[in-house]
Amino acid sequence: MTYDVIIIGAGPGGYNAAIRAGQLGLKAAIVEKRENKKLGGTCLNVGCIPSKALLHASELYEAASARLPALGIRAEKVSLDLKQMLKQKDEAVEALTKGVEFLMKKNKVDTFFGSGEIVEAGKVRVAGADGKTTDLTAKHIIIATGSEVAPLRGVEIDEERIVSSTGALSLSAAPKHLVVVGGGVIGLELGSVWRRLGAKVTVVEFLDRILPTMDGEVSKQFLRILKKQGMAFRLSSKVAGVEKLKTKLKVAVEPAEGGEAETIDADVVLVAIGRRPHTAGLGLDRVGVKTDERGFILTDHFRTSVEGIWAIGDCIHGPMLAHKAEDDGVACIELIAGKAGHVNYDAVPNVVYTWPEVASVGKTEEELKEAGVAYKVGRFAFSANSRAKTNHETDGFVKILADAETDRVLGCHIVGVDAGELIAEAVSVIEFGGASEDIARTCHAHPTRSEAVRQAAMGVEGWTMQA
Amino acid sequence: MATEIRVPALGESVTEATIARWLKKEGENVAADEPLVELETDKVSVEVPAPSTGVLSKISAKEGDTVEVDAVLGMIGEAAAKAARKEKSAGKDEKAPAGEGRSKAGAKKQAVAGRTVEVRVPQSGESVTEAEVGEWLKKEGDRVEADEPIVSLETDKASMEVPAPAAGIIRKIAAKEGETVEVGALLAEIEAGGDGAAAKEEPALRAAAERAAPAPSAGKPLSPAPRRIIGEYALDPAAVEGTGKDGRITKADALAAAKAKDGAKARAPEPAPAPARETGPREERVKMSRLRQTIARRLKEAQQTAAMLTTFNDVDMSAVMALRGEYKELFEKKHGVKLGFMSFFVKACVHALKEIPEVNAEIDGTDIIYKNHYDIGVAVGTDRGLVVPVVRDADAKSLAAIEAEIADFGRRARDGSLKLEEMQGGTFTISNGGVYGSLLSTPILNAPQSGILGMHRIEERPVARDGQVVVRPMMYLALSYDHRIVDGKGAVTFLVRVKENLEDPQRLLLDL
Ligand SMILES: Cc1cc2nc3c(=O)[nH]c(=O)nc-3n(C[C@H](O)[C@H](O)[C@H](O)COP(=O)(O)OP(=O)(O)OC[C@H]3O[C@@H](n4cnc5c(N)ncnc54)[C@H](O)[C@@H]3O)c2cc1C
Repeated sequence: MTYDVIIIGAGPGGYNAAIRAGQLGLKAAIVEKRENKKLGGTCLNVGCIPSKALLHASELYEAASARLPALGIRAEKVSLDLKQMLKQKDEAVEALTKGVEFLMKKNKVDTFFGSGEIVEAGKVRVAGADGKTTDLTAKHIIIATGSEVAPLRGVEIDEERIVSSTGALSLSAAPKHLVVVGGGVIGLELGSVWRRLGAKVTVVEFLDRILPTMDGEVSKQFLRILKKQGMAFRLSSKVAGVEKLKTKLKVAVEPAEGGEAETIDADVVLVAIGRRPHTAGLGLDRVGVKTDERGFILTDHFRTSVEGIWAIGDCIHGPMLAHKAEDDGVACIELIAGKAGHVNYDAVPNVVYTWPEVASVGKTEEELKEAGVAYKVGRFAFSANSRAKTNHETDGFVKILADAETDRVLGCHIVGVDAGELIAEAVSVIEFGGASEDIARTCHAHPTRSEAVRQAAMGVEGWTMQA
Repeated sequence: MATEIRVPALGESVTEATIARWLKKEGENVAADEPLVELETDKVSVEVPAPSTGVLSKISAKEGDTVEVDAVLGMIGEAAAKAARKEKSAGKDEKAPAGEGRSKAGAKKQAVAGRTVEVRVPQSGESVTEAEVGEWLKKEGDRVEADEPIVSLETDKASMEVPAPAAGIIRKIAAKEGETVEVGALLAEIEAGGDGAAAKEEPALRAAAERAAPAPSAGKPLSPAPRRIIGEYALDPAAVEGTGKDGRITKADALAAAKAKDGAKARAPEPAPAPARETGPREERVKMSRLRQTIARRLKEAQQTAAMLTTFNDVDMSAVMALRGEYKELFEKKHGVKLGFMSFFVKACVHALKEIPEVNAEIDGTDIIYKNHYDIGVAVGTDRGLVVPVVRDADAKSLAAIEAEIADFGRRARDGSLKLEEMQGGTFTISNGGVYGSLLSTPILNAPQSGILGMHRIEERPVARDGQVVVRPMMYLALSYDHRIVDGKGAVTFLVRVKENLEDPQRLLLDL
């Protein structure tokens, strides 16, 4: 069969590319190898969506006992029905993947289940689970095969006791002690889930800080908040190995720069040290698509080294985020259709869905320092925000970084309840080349947390009014 | 039909002027182009001519007031005779008085509604005399707001939009797209009317309103920070180039435009001046004219920025004087202008500038701009202060042409009719203190130029020639230069070359 474009991988990168292709009148096919024949990729099946489902439910569970009493609500016999919690998560996933199927139909995209392999430029062979193969041809091929869990040397994932994020989304009971290897987004999110559901959680991080790509001030405050919530941390440490005993796991933890190992007992170990591009079996070598030493496909505005083959999402450079993959997909199709597709990587937000949330967009203070950019900072703590105070949710702050001369907003970093929603304002302003003063002079509803963003923006030019 | 008298465009970087003197009183009859009022700007004083014949019906800016470019100075109403003639044609195009009745601002403003306001090709900078009509943004019959762009013009330098001078309805479009029009030519007529026109009558009010909320320019919505800056600096949003998404104006763009418009305003407000000291019984306090204030500021700025240094030499004027003595009459007969010394000095300097180009250069940030043209400023004293008209492309002009130009400059400097653009853009300056009898002086640079030649009095002095003391007409020469880009060697060589060229004018002829 012949198409204008074949997309390999039906994650947020792939399926959004397919939708856009349909909208622009391109005849598109999408190939997905997931055995359960579900679309939506990592994000919908074992990523963003199920993790958010558990984060939301576990957060309410914790709030019932930890925070409702302060508001005058006595919820005395709150108990956990983990089965139901996992079920409602699966239902959410099911509903959303069905939604993607509908969108493929609506946009006249043909879906092929099976593993896709690029035989040559313009030709994709799909190997179905039943062993049958189908050859598809097209002018353009988009690789949207995403990423997979990066393994930890010497620690084999069995998805029962030693789990990746995927296993951690379906534990049948809350472990007594969960050791999380890696203090990044995924580790802290899933660590938070199981801590709320009753586990003791210890996070082992190689670096001396958590959320290493985020603004330093954010990392520091967020660490303090998580510690206050009862999460334990072993920073500047590494897991050298895990010994599996019948009743427990013995986790060997040693200082990052080497030295005496120490053993920690755990029931479950979550390996969350990152993700790597998922390109095995695609036939990249054969057709000559170049990758870097870590396996990321090298692209120039999504064009790979082979004419007619494009790549987007987690398997290329840039933040490994669903919305980034989505934007890549749209821009890539627009370029294929002869339009001016473009993604501004300086305006891609990044959210940690813990309680409170952490959100950031643009440059961190460390990055600006390193680049030698003269900047100004405005900060505002939620403890001075009326809505946050009223709701007893005063942890965190907003920090805005702007160019010292032009006042253009260069970065925004928020720790606080709803940070993930609040960041949208800063994203828009950055996308439009706006200044801190643009935020400061825009009316914000009272009482809302968004006022903290405005006050922080005022702080950039020294006229914060409510602190 | 009443016509507004407005402050004309005064040239680059001049944004305001002071009313020096009204030459006519309210109620007096005036003829079109008759001078009405004298304005003093930083650079020059200008007379504003009457835009039309009629009666000076209103003076809205008093002597001593500072007014911005385009502010209303007064109004010219119809002369009685003309009004009568108009009445005859009333049936044809006179507006119903009902239009006036609706004008909301009372009797004084009523005169305004329904009047016809002409839109003319504005002066758009030195040396631009004509433009091509680009695109009409409005049609006949369209309603426009004051300051809303109605037509774009293309000149060989830039394209610009012409804003409506008043709110109202476009009654007539007088120049088609693609047509070439001269500065001052009629583009359109607007029948003024509505609130916008009334507001236009009060320049102060209008300015305040603009400050509070600049109208979002057509198609370019403003975000809050640029809106504030554009309001505070009264910028035209249509003229600010937007670098944001889809050409939006960012704060950085607005700041840059504000800086460009008025560097001084963009800076922090200056500390309040110390209270004026008491004047004694035998003292007199007189306000410095704007020209004098500008001269003062410029000179001080030049001293502060340049690393200024002066080198001296002397020149034996015998040869030039002999030449002049010999050909004076013939020259005047042929060229109709006296052969003076100045043209020799101009030529001698141009010659030396070609050899030492850094004296004909300027510093721009961390760059040097060398100018491959020789536009020589010649300082002329007037009773109001020193002005420096520029002899352009002096290298390509004959001695006679230079003499004629300088003579004309001198005349016009004294009667105040020099045009602003005639005093802009010089690359080097000559100042002749000799006419006042100066023996020796250290002239101050005319920034951003890097060199200025000081001429002095010619005096018979004993000098040694071939071992003999002889008496020769001698003049001291001084070259003040910016040591940042001109080295001592260059400066001295320059002056030596000027001296040689004057002592042996044949060198000029032979281009040595
Ligand atoms: C636990 C977890 C939580 C996350 N939470 C968030 C979050 O909150 N927000 C966020 O923005 N991001 C989150 N992410 C990251 C997000 O899931 C990814 O950035 C996103 O899914 C990348 O999209 P993609 O389309 O590039 O690839 P993927 O979503 O990985 O999709 C690639 C698809 O390609 C298929 N495929 C691979 N090879 C082939 C082949 N040869 N033939 C056919 N099909 C193939 C795969 O089966 C997969 O379905 C999370 C990730 C995890 C693991």
